[in-house]
Amino acid sequence: MTIDDGVRRLPTQEITTHTDSREILANAARDTARHGLDEYFIVDVDSHHVELDSWPEILQYLDSPVLRDTANQMMKNWPNAARLALHNHSPGLTMQDVSGRIPHQAALGEQTPGAESGAHRDATLVRRAMEAMSIDLQVVFPQPMLETGLHPQPQVATALLQAYNRWFTAEVMPREPRIRTMLGLPFEDPDACLATVEEFADHPGVIGFLVTSQRHAGVHRNAYMPLYRMLEERGLPIGFHAGPNQADSMTSTMNKFLSAHAMSFVTCNMTHMTNWVINGIPERFPGLKTIWIESGLAWVPFMMQRLDHEYYMRQSDAPLLTKPPSHYMREMYYTSQPMEWTDDALLESTLRAIDAPNSLMYSSDWPHWDFDVPGKIASIPFLDDHAKRNILGETARKVFGL
Amino acid sequence: MTTTTARSFDVGASGDVPERGRLVVAIDAGTRTVTVGVFRFGGRLYAYENVCAHQGGPACQGRIVSRVRERLDAQQRSLGTVFDEDTMHIVCPWHGFEYDVTTGRHPGRPDFALRAVTVGEEDGRVRVSV
Repeated sequence: MTIDDGVRRLPTQEITTHTDSREILANAARDTARHGLDEYFIVDVDSHHVELDSWPEILQYLDSPVLRDTANQMMKNWPNAARLALHNHSPGLTMQDVSGRIPHQAALGEQTPGAESGAHRDATLVRRAMEAMSIDLQVVFPQPMLETGLHPQPQVATALLQAYNRWFTAEVMPREPRIRTMLGLPFEDPDACLATVEEFADHPGVIGFLVTSQRHAGVHRNAYMPLYRMLEERGLPIGFHAGPNQADSMTSTMNKFLSAHAMSFVTCNMTHMTNWVINGIPERFPGLKTIWIESGLAWVPFMMQRLDHEYYMRQSDAPLLTKPPSHYMREMYYTSQPMEWTDDALLESTLRAIDAPNSLMYSSDWPHWDFDVPGKIASIPFLDDHAKRNILGETARKVFGL
Repeated sequence: MTTTTARSFDVGASGDVPERGRLVVAIDAGTRTVTVGVFRFGGRLYAYENVCAHQGGPACQGRIVSRVRERLDAQQRSLGTVFDEDTMHIVCPWHGFEYDVTTGRHPGRPDFALRAVTVGEEDGRVRVSV
């Protein structure tokens, strides 16, 4: 006896780090068909490529011959430094894939025939993910470099960001016209931030700039005001991209990656949001569009209530404000992932609090372990089609001038 | 009104589904293709549609692993984690949702469940109905 006609054994019985992205994401096609997503303009405002896969290529973009020599010597002599030289990669990040349960977080080790470089391979992987999820434009960020604000040597972090920004705009972006990015700012060095904006603001596909949120710098410091002015004048949004840190004063008490991830991806942006609003940055730069990235949404109504509650009693602590903190927060923008959808009523309340039809922008965060497919937005039962279209792409079109 | 009648398909030999193993097949069933994972645990077969209850990921193509439990001593002190070898979980590779293969349910949120598919075994052949 043999198997019946119409029955096919799948060639991939188990998805691993070597499985093709298109196969991993094949089930997303069900959402495309069910919700007619091909008819939507979908912008993914937060996704990632794996810059450490191309690390030796990136390090050759270091401006300083001395630092470039340091990097090359590290890669040559240290057995495990070929893809880590000069980097402050946190060993805790290797817990992200839940012990191999979520393989795409650990590596996209699939074949990319004909790829001539890491950059070429990255463009191929981005294209595969976009097509599998029916995404029209994808904002692409690095991964471990989002922890650059915790680098023990700020001048090295500044040099690495400059090298990465030059490499990404020169080598990756020209290979795929649907890639967009917000480039990381060397935030420890305000002058270098200005130079970064000057150098890259007019590069095709650069649609804003990014503060990598895990850091110890207060975003309200006077030294940053020229940066905010420059971005406002150029009409370029500033984004705050959250990240994990299991070594700060609170998360260092935590013994599980789940705990530290749940907290630290949010507390870094809660901190910056608080400094941003209470110090009246939105009053000083009313035209500066502000985006809060990869910290989910559940924290926002909490902060709205908490800050309003304190502001009413301590108005003199925030004299630049002309309205409650929550009103400023409602005028900012948020990316959706990881959208905490565990209780319909709470999610509906959150989306109402942030005016989601006008402030929320879909993000996948692919290939991270907690990524969201566009179908997650399309399947929200209490949003109308207009709101879904805005969230999936139309608000991003407006914010970024796409 | 349209009625759908389940049809039985031979999807492979019994030996294609070893203990703690799987067989994932795509079945053209009329106007639609259904992908089904067949698993064997404790000698019995279980089958589920390859669609995670969370975001629709390919749950049947993920890791097969025993449930992790935490041991406590008589004073409720943690003795660390162990695998419960009397269980078998299938893990959706998209986001890590775990399902007990005998129930198809998430161990902490039983209302998250895979759609069960009727499976049987006869004369060394495995048949599923979709």
